[in-house]
Amino acid sequence: MAKKKTIKGGDNWDYSPSLESTSHITILPKYELFINNEWVKPSSKKYFKTTNPSNEEVLSEIAWANDYDVDLAVKAARNAYNDVWSKTSPKERSKYIYRIARLMQEQARELSVIETLDAGKPIRESRDIDVPLACNHFFYYAGWADKLEFAFPNQPMEALGVAGQIIPWNFPLLMAAWKIAPALAAGNCVVLKPAETTSLTALKLAEIIKESGLPPGVVNIVTGHGDTGAAIVNHPDINKIAFTGSTNVGKIIQRAIAGTGKKATLELGGKSANIIFDDAPIDQAVEGIVNGIFFNQGHVCCAGSRLFVQENIAELVIRKLKHRMDSLYLGNPLDKNTDIGAINSKEQLETIEKYIKIGISEGAEMYQSTCELPGKGYFCRPTIFTNVAQSSRISQEEIFGPVLSIQTFRTVDEVIQKANNSPYGLAAGVWTDKGSRIFNLTSKLRAGVIWANTYNKFDPTSPFGGYKESGFGREGGLHGLGAYLKMKL
Amino acid sequence: MDRVEILKTYKIYIGGAFPRTESGRYYTPLNSKGDPLGNLCLSSRKDVRNAVTAARKAFGSWSERSAFNRGQIIYRIAEMLEGRKEQFMLELQKQGSTKADAEKEVVLAIDRIVYYAGWCDKYNQVLSAVNPVSSAHFNFSTYESMGVIGVLAPQATSLIGLVSLLIPAICSGNTAVLIASENLPLCAITFAEVLNSSDVPGGVVNILTGKLDELAPGLAAHMDVNAIISESLGSMEIGIAQAAVENLKRKFTYEANWMSEESQSIYYISDCLELKTTWHPIENIGGSSSSY
Repeated sequence: MAKKKTIKGGDNWDYSPSLESTSHITILPKYELFINNEWVKPSSKKYFKTTNPSNEEVLSEIAWANDYDVDLAVKAARNAYNDVWSKTSPKERSKYIYRIARLMQEQARELSVIETLDAGKPIRESRDIDVPLACNHFFYYAGWADKLEFAFPNQPMEALGVAGQIIPWNFPLLMAAWKIAPALAAGNCVVLKPAETTSLTALKLAEIIKESGLPPGVVNIVTGHGDTGAAIVNHPDINKIAFTGSTNVGKIIQRAIAGTGKKATLELGGKSANIIFDDAPIDQAVEGIVNGIFFNQGHVCCAGSRLFVQENIAELVIRKLKHRMDSLYLGNPLDKNTDIGAINSKEQLETIEKYIKIGISEGAEMYQSTCELPGKGYFCRPTIFTNVAQSSRISQEEIFGPVLSIQTFRTVDEVIQKANNSPYGLAAGVWTDKGSRIFNLTSKLRAGVIWANTYNKFDPTSPFGGYKESGFGREGGLHGLGAYLKMKL
Repeated sequence: MDRVEILKTYKIYIGGAFPRTESGRYYTPLNSKGDPLGNLCLSSRKDVRNAVTAARKAFGSWSERSAFNRGQIIYRIAEMLEGRKEQFMLELQKQGSTKADAEKEVVLAIDRIVYYAGWCDKYNQVLSAVNPVSSAHFNFSTYESMGVIGVLAPQATSLIGLVSLLIPAICSGNTAVLIASENLPLCAITFAEVLNSSDVPGGVVNILTGKLDELAPGLAAHMDVNAIISESLGSMEIGIAQAAVENLKRKFTYEANWMSEESQSIYYISDCLELKTTWHPIENIGGSSSSY
């Protein structure tokens, strides 16, 4: 075997740090609940700390809503729906949503920096992906508000009323936008709960909503932990639950609302297959693998966490992948050079480390990037496992971290079977130069989003959501409106 | 001497065959006058599992047929039903309908099947979208069949209710396990004979008779069933909804007067579909544009 050649430049290859400034942002020492366009102290009198996961410093204290506070928010939303929002013409509704979009664009830099501080994601991602997509989502749905009759032909429909929305910590502002924008366009009022580790950008959005002049009570934001979410789910005056998060919690919610007539959309977990054929452009595919599993530290429900490589190119692909992993920059999320930021929380880091141990104990071979870990904060090296069995827990269960399991295949039929052998069905990637093969695979893979020769692309016009245990309902695009309308036929 | 009439044995329909229930049990529903309708199979949970296995096995090839071909086959069901109109009318009358109502129900069922036959190769054109994403990708969303659909046939009718729920579910490439109306089960089994002679492949529709409260929970909890569709189930509603959660079944509950011409639409089809969005990169080399 030829001697492995690696460029070793030592420190010469390091970039100078290029830190995004935090001087232009405002984070209050304490945040209350946003109800009726007012900041309301929680009746629980309790607050919880939100920290920067990259250095474990406390950023702010956040109100912890209890049943009473949630009830207050739901009442505010119901009153706003009955008295104001259902009587606001679609055209005027539309203009409010446009206003929110524009105000977000104006404050995009502040939103990006706060997102990075609170969530640990690289500034490059929050600046170029999360925040612009969130703004564009409002922009896209704003225009739907007065055109709903074109979305579902021959379908008489109306708004649902009050939507309870519970969002995750991996894309905090973007998920708030995915939830709020279509709900408002369809004429609903909203009670939204951000994830407890990442409330700040949702609260910034509350400031923007107030600034936009949106009528009081149309959007209410209640912060808290799981018990706050449960209070929303169980509130009798909520017409719809929209939840993005784990499949386990999704099932708990679905059981709780069984028989209540509450409508639901659930956007849950995944274990998505990323499939590389031997005729794929290998270097692009390696970039796609990296983007698929290491984007946002792997905290992505549609992460390409199961890699299937055609057997005859497996050695080459894995060698190039390891080489690429060694050039990823892991560190301060505020550094514009950083590729891999901080794991969102200590609990999530423990979960990921547990799965890494499981992978090793199940006999898979592990490789991790050689990068240094910062002394403080929650970080995890990009990790891949080869020689993984189909039955292995690391190829069946969602890890939600930068951990990739790699399997090989020989034929198209084999990889379709392996890829579909999962209770999940959120997304998949296919890399090949052959168009007819792409269409064969994309139509046979049982998943809601298929990326051909690309991965982890999102757009406000593009519906997103899963098959099977990855949930139901779609967010984004024309079809995303259906989640917030009462269809009569 | 009068000729002795040959009575029909009502069996169940699984995988294109007409077995008796594996349990060997039967029940004897009565019509409104108290006359027995026959000895019907009292199907078991094991029959439910067998039916689901048959439906799953049939799903791949049925869902991969061309939309045009499925349209032809669904239309063929209507043809076969038209030819057996009298038989269904007699069965409906035996179960308590007047002759006029029986005729109305059969005619409506036939026309409704034709309506859905026509949708087979059109619903995706109406409901799909090409999404104008901001990046250099061709992005589109189309509907795909979902898998195995559990159909709890409406209880108050023998024919039109089951046709109204079953046909939109299968015309899009799904396969189905249907539990017939408990007290009005005759047309379900005779409808299975229609399906069996209509080029509908075995296993695409599987029909069981028996007690709803015995069969529905097993069907709702089955891990290889993708959706449950029914009318409101009253006191059983919460239990069935909760049983369906374990593999996140889609669950749709309809309230409709199935005897109304209005109780049919493309949205009965789309409820039992999954939306798939696909992204393809668009090559962009150099600066040549289409602005000639």
